[in-house]
Amino acid sequence: MENSKKHTISVLVENHFGVLARVSGMFSARGYNIDSLCVGETTDPAISRMTVVVRGDDKVLAQIIQQLNKLVDVIEVQDLTKGDFVERELVMVKVAADGARRAEAIEIANIFRAKIVDLSATHMIAEITGAEGKVTAFVDMMRPFGIEELVRTGEIAVARCTK
Amino acid sequence: MKKTGAEIITTLLERQGIRTVAGIPGGCNLPLYDALRDSQIRHVLARHEQGAGFIAQGIARSTGRAAVCLATSGPGATNLLTAIADAKLDSVPIVAITGQVGTAMIGTDAFQEVDTYGLTLPITKHNFIARSAAELLEILPKAFEIAESGRPGPVVVDVPKDVQLQTAEFEAWPEPWQPVPPPACDREAVARLAEMIQRAERPVLYIGGGIIASGAAEELIAFARKNTIPVTSTLAGLGAFPCGDPLYLGMLGMHGARYTNLILEEADLLLAFGARFDDRATGHAAEFCRHASIAQVDIDPSEIDKIKASNLAIVGDVGTVLRALLPLVPADGRTAWNQRVAELREAYPFVTPGPEDPLHPLNFLQHLAETAGPDAIITTDVGQHQMWVAQGYPFRRPRTLLSSGGLGTMGFGLPAAIGAALAHPGKRIVCVSGDGSILMNIQELATLAELDLDVTVVIMNNQHLGLVRQQQELFYEQRYYASKFDTAPDFATIARGFGVPGFDLDGDANPIRTLARALAQRGPSVVDVPVHHAENVLPMVPPGKPNREMIVGELAYA
Repeated sequence: MENSKKHTISVLVENHFGVLARVSGMFSARGYNIDSLCVGETTDPAISRMTVVVRGDDKVLAQIIQQLNKLVDVIEVQDLTKGDFVERELVMVKVAADGARRAEAIEIANIFRAKIVDLSATHMIAEITGAEGKVTAFVDMMRPFGIEELVRTGEIAVARCTK
Repeated sequence: MKKTGAEIITTLLERQGIRTVAGIPGGCNLPLYDALRDSQIRHVLARHEQGAGFIAQGIARSTGRAAVCLATSGPGATNLLTAIADAKLDSVPIVAITGQVGTAMIGTDAFQEVDTYGLTLPITKHNFIARSAAELLEILPKAFEIAESGRPGPVVVDVPKDVQLQTAEFEAWPEPWQPVPPPACDREAVARLAEMIQRAERPVLYIGGGIIASGAAEELIAFARKNTIPVTSTLAGLGAFPCGDPLYLGMLGMHGARYTNLILEEADLLLAFGARFDDRATGHAAEFCRHASIAQVDIDPSEIDKIKASNLAIVGDVGTVLRALLPLVPADGRTAWNQRVAELREAYPFVTPGPEDPLHPLNFLQHLAETAGPDAIITTDVGQHQMWVAQGYPFRRPRTLLSSGGLGTMGFGLPAAIGAALAHPGKRIVCVSGDGSILMNIQELATLAELDLDVTVVIMNNQHLGLVRQQQELFYEQRYYASKFDTAPDFATIARGFGVPGFDLDGDANPIRTLARALAQRGPSVVDVPVHHAENVLPMVPPGKPNREMIVGELAYA
């Protein structure tokens, strides 16, 4: 898509039955692509926060926000990309790392401040948290070892504290 | 007090002022029907749930208030889907209450189980599944509020059978939803709009269904006349501005008159009031009104800039905006512009057939209008007859045309006419249909006969899916396929079979007199009108082309 930019949108929703289907259905029905979508309760269990990463030009983004606002279960929509925000994603990667290669894999994990959360004679699982760039760089470094499984949470994000 | 879920529903409907509901009972909504039997509400038994949905639409579209339809689970709910989707696209407030299998059975592929909630998610303004009888006290008033407020739309309330049977104990009934006056509009934006209008030399009002939904026809007329601004309407807006007014340009777009589309080409300011830039109206959107600035007023923020970027946008009720705008614009004759409009009107007229053939659709509609009078409510189905009505029937009042515009649902007309007749006893309702469309909900003639309503069904019969045939002629090198009906049902006889008087105008020496007789008699009637199969709806803008590229053609049998 021309002029297509990545946007991180934070959506507060009523924690009702079917709200995830309602929000994700709106995206598919109107032909918008979702890079990732995360949902979790807020401090108020009646309210959930969704973090949606989408791509689109300004016109598409404006429509996405208006269409989200129209959904009855949606309380607030914020395009975090308009300001400063902190984004994080958690990734777990299971790689082949036996004998000789294990030390090398652990060293790379340490450089990235990834954690080794499981280990066997032939494999290990590394967990890394970070913004997209760091996480992707780490995953790329793990590829030569042979990634057997990769799990990502998708991005969560929050606006920075105002100064 | 202690009430069952079913009693809660019927009582809340009564308190909401619902007098009539349309529906069909079945296994999973029988508790509701049992409670309905003891209520003050009149139940209209449709013969297909889609009919029930469109009966509700007929009530809602002709009154502006939410109407209710009922269906059981599974096929009952799936049969309603088309009517619900239709209400979504045309912003019609209906509340559909569907039965669902018992809570414990949900997800087990039980008999007549379907995921009504999931199916209706993308075609409703909002939907609910009731988890308990007590929850209905909250859901139902909310359902009406959502259906009627802001931009109206359909709401589905799915109620599992055990929830209908369950007893809830509560202190008091919730207050029914009452419409609240729309909030004041942005005065500063309205002032800028007034300036824009004053600066413009060639403004055109492009009005849509929002004017009718807002009840703003009078305000629109006052505003247009004060500043002498020509007015064109979408299909959904027809009736909001009186046909015959010197400022009226008729419908724009794919089947608009040539002068209408060409006047829009010359406009320097487009006042899009309650209109959503639908592709049938705009043609190729980038080329639409390419010399004009756009000022857009819509109650739905997501309509702003959705299709075309506006130069000024006001989110709000269009009636409120018009009332604020009226004192800010001066009386202005706009002589030069209206002179130019008159020139274009004369140079590119809407071609009408000669008067000799009273059965030419456009002539026939004139006779129909004269006989039925300005108060009659016209419903249409979808196809050539619908576009002829839009082009040729002289609508002068809001809510006198009920037509499926957005979804374009064949089969809409007859049940919608029944709904309109239920809401307007004593008024003549005419359903203008086609021989293709009428068959898509003809079973509702049984409902009509039972109710003995003043509905006349006029079938423009060309033994074709006419608009399909026309497109195959114009855009598919006359490679006709699947658009001709090889058998010709005798609709007058069919009508009589349902217990409805039927008239066949084929070979009638005085067809207009027969039409008048059908319209004059109390109760329902069906009139079969022969139409030449090669007759096209003209002009026509090829789909996806700019509106200035109209196919003018010739009237086949003018």
